Parts: sequence; C-alpha cells; structure tokens
Amino acid sequence: MMRRISAALLAIVGAIAIGAVALQRHEPINALWILTAAVCVYLLGYRFYAAWIAARVLSVDAWRATPAERLNNGRDFVPTHRAIVFGHHFAAIAGPGPLVGPTLAAQFGYLPGTLWILVGAVLGGCVQDMIILLLSTRRDGRSLGQMARDELGPLGGFAALVGTLIIMIILSAVLGLVIVNVMKHSPWASSTVFATIPAALIVGLYLRLWRPGRVLEASLLGVALMLLALLAGGWIDRQPVLRPLFDYAAIALAGFVILYGFCAAILPVWLLLAPRDYLSTFLKLGTVALLAVAIVLTHPQIKMPAVTAFTDGTGPLFGGKVFPFVFITIACGAVSGFHALVASGTTPKLITNEADVRLVGYGSMALESFVAIMALIAATLLDPGVYFAINAGAGVVGATPAAAVHTISGWGFPVTVQQMQALAGAMGERTLFARSGGAPSLAVGMASIFGSTFGRGLLALWYHFAIMFEAVFIMAVLDAGTRVGRFMLQDLLGHLWQPLGRTSWYPSVLLASALMVGAWGYFLYIGVIDPNGGVNILWPLFGISNQMLAGIALSVATGIIIKSGKLRYALVTLAPLAWLALVTTTAAWQKITSADARVGLFAAANELARQLALGALPPERAAVAPQLIVNQRLDAWLTMLLLAILWFVILDMARICVRRLRGLALRSSSEAPYQPSRLHSAAAQVQP
Amino acid sequence: MRGVARLAARHAGALWSALRAASGDDAYERYRAHQAARHALEPPLSRRAFYEDAQRRKWSGVSRCC
Repeated sequence: MMRRISAALLAIVGAIAIGAVALQRHEPINALWILTAAVCVYLLGYRFYAAWIAARVLSVDAWRATPAERLNNGRDFVPTHRAIVFGHHFAAIAGPGPLVGPTLAAQFGYLPGTLWILVGAVLGGCVQDMIILLLSTRRDGRSLGQMARDELGPLGGFAALVGTLIIMIILSAVLGLVIVNVMKHSPWASSTVFATIPAALIVGLYLRLWRPGRVLEASLLGVALMLLALLAGGWIDRQPVLRPLFDYAAIALAGFVILYGFCAAILPVWLLLAPRDYLSTFLKLGTVALLAVAIVLTHPQIKMPAVTAFTDGTGPLFGGKVFPFVFITIACGAVSGFHALVASGTTPKLITNEADVRLVGYGSMALESFVAIMALIAATLLDPGVYFAINAGAGVVGATPAAAVHTISGWGFPVTVQQMQALAGAMGERTLFARSGGAPSLAVGMASIFGSTFGRGLLALWYHFAIMFEAVFIMAVLDAGTRVGRFMLQDLLGHLWQPLGRTSWYPSVLLASALMVGAWGYFLYIGVIDPNGGVNILWPLFGISNQMLAGIALSVATGIIIKSGKLRYALVTLAPLAWLALVTTTAAWQKITSADARVGLFAAANELARQLALGALPPERAAVAPQLIVNQRLDAWLTMLLLAILWFVILDMARICVRRLRGLALRSSSEAPYQPSRLHSAAAQVQP
Repeated sequence: MRGVARLAARHAGALWSALRAASGDDAYERYRAHQAARHALEPPLSRRAFYEDAQRRKWSGVSRCC
C-alpha cells in the first residue's frame, strides 16, 4: 500500500514539474523544476518500465546462476554486491560526453535538450544498457561484437567491430579538440593539466612498487597532488617569468595531446593509465555529487529561452535544424551505443544475481542522464549572450571581440566586451571568446554555481577546478580509447600477417599505436586549424557514430528477443531502434547531401573550393583551405560508411527475424545453459 | 548532529569496508580468501603480481566510455 501511495505521489509531483518546464515559456524558469521533473521521470521509469521489462521481456530469473557464480575465479568473475557493481558500472559509463553534448545542444534553448535527455534515457538508453547487460550475463560476459557474430552472423559481427573502431577514432579526436580549446593561451589551465601527468606517474609507482594495490591510500595521495597542481597553476599564472612558459597556441597543444596519447598507449598500464583513471574516477564522482548539492542549494534561474530561433538550422555552434540534430548532439546523455560495450565487458562478470541488472543497467544510465541534465542547467543559467560568445567560433561571429559582441547582440542576446572581460578576469583568464567545445562554458557555469554556494571570491579557483575535472576525465578516455583501439587494430592486422596480432610483440604495439593515434590525431589537427572551431564538424560526426553503435546494440537485442519467441514484446527495443535509425539516417543524409554549406559536408567543401579559386579568402584562411576541403570530403565519405554499417546490421537483424517467423533454421542461441543458483538459495534460506 | 556522529561511529566499520570494496582496495584480500577456500593447494599470487594482473585484464577491454 505504501509503495502505491509513494508511486502516485511521485507521478503527481513529476507531472507538475514537467508541466512547469513545458509551459513556462515567457518567464525565466527555476532550475529546480527541471531537476525535480528529471528525478521523478527516472524514478517512475525505474519503478514501472524497468521492472516490467525485467519480468516480461527478459524473464529475469533470480534463481538462475550468473557467470560470476558459475565461473567464480576470484579475479574477473567475482560475485559482487549490487551497490558496488552499480558504482563500478556508473564510473565506467560516465564520461565527458553527457557534459559536452547538452552544453552544445543548449543553442536550441533548454527545452529540446531537456525533453530528449529525459525521454531518450527512460525509453531508449536505460533500456538498451539493461538489456545488453542481461544478454551478456546470460552469455558468460561476451562482448557486443561476439554477440553480434553469434546471433546474427560473421558479417554482422565484423560490421560491429569496424563501427566500434571508427567511433573510437572520432571520439578521441573530438575530446582531444575539447581540451586543446580549454588549454590554448591559458597558462593556468595548461600548467595544471600538465602537472596531472607527473601526479599520475607518482601514484602509479606508489601502487606498484611501494604499496601494491592500496587504492584508497594512493587515491588520497593523488587527489592531494591534483589540488596542489591546481593551486600551483594559479601561482604560475601570476608570475610574469613563468607565465609565458605555459602559454601555448592550439596547434602546439594538439601536438602535446597526440604525443601524450601515443605514450599512454605504449607505456605499461600501471604506470600512467591505471593511476590516472583512479584519480579521474574520484574527481568525477566527487564533482558530480558536489554539483547536484550546489544546484539544489542555489536553485538558479535559467536564462536561456525555452526555444531559440536557431532551431531553424542557423545555429552558431553547429549548423542543422533541431530535428535531427538535437538528438545527434545530446547523444550520450540520452542513448549511448558506447555503453553497450561496457555492459558487455567487465560488468556482467560481477553480477551476482540476474535481478541486479535493473539497478546496474537501468539505474546507472538514469544517473548518467541526470548528469547530462545538470550540464544543461549549468550551460543555460549563463546569460545567453555570454554562452554564445564563449562557444561560437571566430569564423562565425567575427575574429575580434567587438565584432563578436556585435554579431551576438544582433541575434537578440545582448552582451558587451566589458562584460566578457570582467567575466574572464573573474575566472582568471585573459579571454573567454571563441573557446568552443562546450567545456569552458560548462566550467564558467559550474564556477558560478559553486561560487554562489561556497564563496564568490574563489571563482577563478572553481573555474580551473572545473577545467581540471574535465581535462583529467577526457585524458583518461583518450588513454583508454587509444589502447582499446590499438588492441582492435592488432586483432584486425593479425588476419593480414599473424605476428601483428600478438598484443605483446613490440613492433606490432608501436605500429598499431601509431596508426591509431595518427588516425585521431589527423582529425584533431584539422579541427584545430579550422577557423570555425572544428567542433561544429566533429561533434555531429561523433553523435552519428555513437547513435549508429546504439543502433547495432538495439538490433542485436531485437534479434535475440524475437529469436526467443517474444515477438509481442519486440517493440521495447524496436521502437527506440526505429527512432534512432530515423534520426541517424536523416542527420547523415543531410550531412552528405544538404546544399547548405553550414550543414552539408560536400557543399561546404565545394563552397570553400569556389572561394579559394576566386581568391576571396584572406591569406591565413587560404593557406589551410586545401586541407579543410579534403577533410570535409573525407568526413562525408566516413558518414556514408557509418550509415552503410548501421543499415547493414539492421537488415541482417531483419533477415534473422523473418527466418524465425517463417520457421526456417537459425543459428542456435548462444545463451549458457541454465544452472540453479546456490548463492540465491542460500540467501533465500537466511531471509525467508 | 550528535545523533549523526553516534550513528556514523556505530557504522564506521561497515562504511569503511563498503568504501574499500567500492574502490577495489580489498581486491587482494578477497582473492586470497577465494584461493584459500577453493584452491588451497595452488600457491597464490603475490600482492604485486595480483595487482599487475588485475590492471592488465581491466585495460584490455572497453572499460571507459564517452
């Protein structure tokens, strides 16, 4: 009875909050309404939809032994308490994507992004994560690629592998670009980010040589070192002699990021990658919790309109209409195909009981989506003029501060040069103009929230804390992505020449690492020399590839659901799949064919080539134009490839389903045979 | 406030072990317990060898996301 009353209360509060978010169009809305609406939506989705899917669609069976129990080896297969698995899984899926995507999507206003983050997560992303987690748990923790191969066929499996490799490359490039834009001509940010590398090395040595495996001690040491790096960065910034030593242009920083990625991929994991990850995880969980508390305490007003005029496709951050580009841009905060790789990796080997997949799979994604909502709040509480001045590239609004504020004020979002200078001064920076990529404006938003909660005098410190938090986070993903990409490449190269497939053979390690870093380094370099900021091209490409991966995961899930004779429940995965296929195909189609140079990649290349031929470009732009033209055409071909992979897998799934419905022979299910759980019987006897 | 402090003191042990479990600080102890229970005749890995092995396994698959 109490549960029914609480569910009814939740529904009423949620309905009021959503009503407030949707209807308060012409007066500023308080961030608390958005936060309340979000929490109610997640809880209702978890309480009803997730429980229904677990019971009916997946037939989750608490009495069935999981691989952690059957194959328990005390190492990778270990039955683990569900709260701890939840923590591990959330730490693994939470990345910089849900921070950057919503910040960029705020150019359409707060409403489109908020609605898609909520609806997309509850009906799409959380569902995908939970279902893939259960399917992998039932298959001894097999990866998405292996499940695609086992259930669809070898071609489907190969398509999934190539798709994953492409997304790793684009992800690393775009994230590299985000931190380059954070660090360029910012001695404080650069020196702090540089200092996190020796900090990670010290922690790595501590964990291996001095006190092996004492993660808590080492993390405490690491967090102290990072805070020291933050303060030291502020000190360096005030020293006229040291300051210029850390003042770099974007292109030099891109070189640094590329070199760093290569080192991280070839060095032993214990030295750099693992300790950096411990640090970033602690910082990540701490900052997210702090942000939630601070938003509740300050309950700021949202200053961005609900919907801006840029829904018509003329947005300064990236071109394209609200449909389909808000869905492509939000990406990870609502549905992330990448999560399917984690949900079919380490996590299923820790699940003690099948019933835990609801909390671990659905619950973690709901929390991740909540992080996206907080990022959206942090971006939209800024004055819209300030938001656009920070995020719009010089190629769009003009290269000088005066030109930029003139353009932006002309859109109806008043902002002045003095205002921007005062803000930059308060944040401890020389300028905040044209820092595209989302991270700096998010840091300004976070600093103002933290500042008004914990003391205004420390704004510059909070800004650089937020910057460090994002940078550490991003570099951890760069390391891990490059390394996994290296393994995948070695796997592929091993088919050409067997020794190249040996992951410990040094020439092969160097070759595969160089190829991987070279691939994303190329896109990073092009993004840096692009006067429009580069993010406007790379982020949509990343969004398309991520939604394509989600399409593959949902195809595998749909195929398995139909094969298991549950056609009547197939809509649970088929509906989000159809929507993602529609959104991704429309976006990719527009990126390829649109005649508008702000959207279409071929159109942009042709327009630039025309201007170059006419001699209409200023010399510094003419110098980079040939490379940009080649790159835009390459991006267009890459988009076509992504689209082809997506539809190939969807059609392969459809073929399997048709065969099943006609009663033709199929590959047998790769599910591990049923074994009763002893752990659950023992637990049930203790607590009858 | 005093109530909170008393509550924290009473549960400090449980909180500490939860924190250790969540961060993986106690992974080696768990492994030793598992070895002693299931494979008492095999010599167990040293603390350092276990840590290295755990890192190698963790970082050969996708364990971090966007």
